[in-house]
Amino acid sequence: MSMNEAQSTSTKALPANHGEVAPAATGCLLEVRNLRKSFARASGPFANEGKADWFVAVDNVSFQVQAGETFAIVGESGCGKTTLARLILRLIEPDQGEVLFDGRDLLALSHNELRAQRRQMQMIFQDPFASLNPRMRVGDIVAEPLAIHEAHFAAVERIRRAGAMLRRVGLDESALNRYPHEFSGGQRQRIGMARALILHPKLVVADEPVSALDVSVGAQVLLLLQELQRELQLTYLFISHSLPVVAQLANHIAVMRRGELIESGPAVQILQAPTQGYTQELLAAVPEVPRPAQM
Amino acid sequence: MADLLIVSGLTVELPTTAGWVKPVNQVSLRIAAGESLGLVGESGSGKTMLSLAVMGLLPPGARVSGEIALRNGQAETNNLTGLSEQQWRRVRGRQIAMIFQEPMTSLNPVMRIGAQIEEAILAHEPKVERQELQRRLFTAMQHAAVLEAETRAQQFPHQLSGGLRQRAMIAMALAPQPKLLIADEPTTALDVTVQKQILDLLDRLRRELNLALLFITHDLGVVAKVADRVAVMYAGRIVEQGPAQKVLEAPQHPYTRGLLAASPRLERAALTPIPGTVPRAAELPPGCAFAPRCSYRRRECDQAVPALRFREPDHGARCVLV
Repeated sequence: MSMNEAQSTSTKALPANHGEVAPAATGCLLEVRNLRKSFARASGPFANEGKADWFVAVDNVSFQVQAGETFAIVGESGCGKTTLARLILRLIEPDQGEVLFDGRDLLALSHNELRAQRRQMQMIFQDPFASLNPRMRVGDIVAEPLAIHEAHFAAVERIRRAGAMLRRVGLDESALNRYPHEFSGGQRQRIGMARALILHPKLVVADEPVSALDVSVGAQVLLLLQELQRELQLTYLFISHSLPVVAQLANHIAVMRRGELIESGPAVQILQAPTQGYTQELLAAVPEVPRPAQM
Repeated sequence: MADLLIVSGLTVELPTTAGWVKPVNQVSLRIAAGESLGLVGESGSGKTMLSLAVMGLLPPGARVSGEIALRNGQAETNNLTGLSEQQWRRVRGRQIAMIFQEPMTSLNPVMRIGAQIEEAILAHEPKVERQELQRRLFTAMQHAAVLEAETRAQQFPHQLSGGLRQRAMIAMALAPQPKLLIADEPTTALDVTVQKQILDLLDRLRRELNLALLFITHDLGVVAKVADRVAVMYAGRIVEQGPAQKVLEAPQHPYTRGLLAASPRLERAALTPIPGTVPRAAELPPGCAFAPRCSYRRRECDQAVPALRFREPDHGARCVLV
């Protein structure tokens, strides 16, 4: 798809009473141009590199994310959405393409420059059980990004900030001295959010942040994401397989299939008037939750 | 229609370091042949432990009281809770079968799909003849809508997609011709488009084979699609039950209402989360377990567990407001 099609003008198209967070800042924060990544299908000790057949996980993907908006990437398992997120954070190297963050090409940065840039881009993971080190105290987990990027802070100051951030995500400061296993899934996801936000990043990449949580707790986390976005002027790149979840937060939705963005546009347009057959199929397959009469 | 499965006053107790806990507490429910009961609950509600009790697969050391009756033949019913392991083998798989969330962990990775389905038949009828076995294998695969059955039967689980694996599991479950199928979150790990196919398949099967279905899920959208009746579980107890349409469109229990208000839909609307978290089984309050999270809480809620009250003969809830 061309870049023009992918350009986001989402907020204008959404009715004001729609409940979404209006982008606080303006301008493009993240631009992805013709990004491509392929993997060798055969792997392991017996694979013959020369003969490997290549699987294109992300194929010529381009889009722009405006500062302050929630840009959602939706697709089924194996469509390449998580690979795309990892490419954007440069956790893996693309075959080709550009990732412009705040106007700078991340792929052209040196190791040290990239490290400095990464404090502006943080990630929230799907599995709140796997993404927190079980042997670290919650205070140290949340303060760890400060230890890396703000090494001049005294330990007391780091812990003070970690405590303030934990309060901000709805946890008690007593959490500082406890271990991850003492917390429920929803609370652990909050700890992951506190760690992601403690450096006040501009961009937060959230990869399926509520899909491992119970419905009642998932709604708490979605609301908290909304509140924090408003308060801290965050831009979200929200990756999910669930259209109903995405519908709650996104200003802009891009639908991914087999490595390609097949349709992209303002959230209302994608949800109410999708043009691609695949998007229509995805929407039709969602088992809709009935809405009780007296709610 | 006559009830096939009748669970009455079922309580399951498990030993923990914090003492005995009751993941299933005084649960009563019934399912008729060809009927689909949706059992809804979040993690820790006891819904999986309830299904394991019905399958006779409780962990060692579990204490069970109450009754699980399965109608066997015309009038005879059996109380399953007193069965020996040997007697269980004639019921489990044969009369009650189960499919799980992640088919990959339930399939044998080093055995061809066809051989695994045949094994399910042979476990109950070891003397069935070769030709009949083949016929039953392909009938089961046809029921589960596995296309190109002859090729699939020769393949290993890792060669199949998630949806096909779940179909293979369904074929295996149906091969011994059970009367009741327990499906524990069978589509949670699948993509929505595949989920829709599996839900349609299960719905068709229960009509064609007059199969009773106990469908366990946390997803109210899925329940609305597959269930005739719904039972909502919270902290080991059924807090509301009734016809699916009544429970989902006119919920009586604040927890059911809360779940509906917290479920994301395709239209954006303000989500209302339920505050707090599901209590741990060892830390249940003396009264209504939902009271600490409930916005309608009254003094009487904390005194005793409310009885299941029926405002209509087929729709009731465990709440003082009913």
